[in-house]
Amino acid sequence: MAHTSAAPATELGKSVWDGGVSPMNASYGKLMMWFFLLSDAFTFSGLLITYGLIRAAHPAYPGTPADFAFSSEYWPIPEKVFDAVPLLHGVELPLVFVGLMTFILIMSSVTMVLAVEAGHRMDRKAVEKWMLWTIVGGLTFLSCQAWEWTHFIVGTGTDTIVQKFNVLTGTMDAVAVQGANLKINQYGPQPFADFFFFITGFHGFHVFSGVLLNFLIYYNTVTGVYDRRGHYEMVEKVGLYWHFVDLVWVFVFTFFYLV
Amino acid sequence: MAHQHEPEITVIPPDKEKIRHLWKVALILLVVTVFEFIIAFSIPHEYRTMRVAIFVVLTIVKAAYIVLEFMHLKHEVKVLFWSIMIPLVFVVWMLVAFVYEGIKMSDINFIRW
Repeated sequence: MAHTSAAPATELGKSVWDGGVSPMNASYGKLMMWFFLLSDAFTFSGLLITYGLIRAAHPAYPGTPADFAFSSEYWPIPEKVFDAVPLLHGVELPLVFVGLMTFILIMSSVTMVLAVEAGHRMDRKAVEKWMLWTIVGGLTFLSCQAWEWTHFIVGTGTDTIVQKFNVLTGTMDAVAVQGANLKINQYGPQPFADFFFFITGFHGFHVFSGVLLNFLIYYNTVTGVYDRRGHYEMVEKVGLYWHFVDLVWVFVFTFFYLV
Repeated sequence: MAHQHEPEITVIPPDKEKIRHLWKVALILLVVTVFEFIIAFSIPHEYRTMRVAIFVVLTIVKAAYIVLEFMHLKHEVKVLFWSIMIPLVFVVWMLVAFVYEGIKMSDINFIRW
């Protein structure tokens, strides 16, 4: 687990052409984690960039934010959609809750990096402590997202009149809608809700599997697997994954909630 | 199953300097997020291009800190660093191509409802 930027030296007793040099100076598992994350970055880019295309193709809200009302005619202003906080019903607190979620995820990334650092020092107690905090952070984030989704699906409590194509009559009918699903929603053009579900859902699934992996690492640490193995490199590999999940959220936060 | 012998472990004491550095990076990330928050509510929506530009720059700053410091990429060997960074040029290409396409679709009023 040497972290040097110096050129890797030839391994003793092995020639360069027999695998005596490891040009990337990283273990197989760590390299593969990096390349998996690269491919995962492409997947998320695909989702976020398609969102960018669809959003750019729709008209923006023409008036001032103070007069904003939901309509399927234009793309909504995100801070007008995400302005609720649990237990504070009816109070407009734009983006406060997502801000809190961002804070939670960044903090759990910090505790993860501290777990990795403790692993380098073979400090089992510290790894246990920081892994546990990381798991708590992940679970808290997931709970917040569950609330966020519920609120988005159930709606604001006020109807929005949406023009919906009627397949039977071939006409556009005015429907009163609350909340959102993949077919109809009260906040804006249908792709808005669809992208919300797909992008935050795909990210949330990553957080979920990250929490499972973190728990596995925690379990192995407690049972002394890494002490017997002689190194804590698994903490580092799963740490890479966890930081990546945080990294994706940074982009989702900006491009879905702020812009 | 044979009894697994517990190995002798020497715990290396923590390097205060290194841990302080990690917390410093965390603080930068949090400060940038708070700053984004302030921008979101202090610059009016009419200055859309400026808002988006500031958000993009701040996001790249945050992403850079996470990848380079937390994921430790800055301290890996150069070959690994560039093997990860160079393929991302495709993302930039896709971004420019698709968003440009979206703007053109908006110009010709492609989406009707």
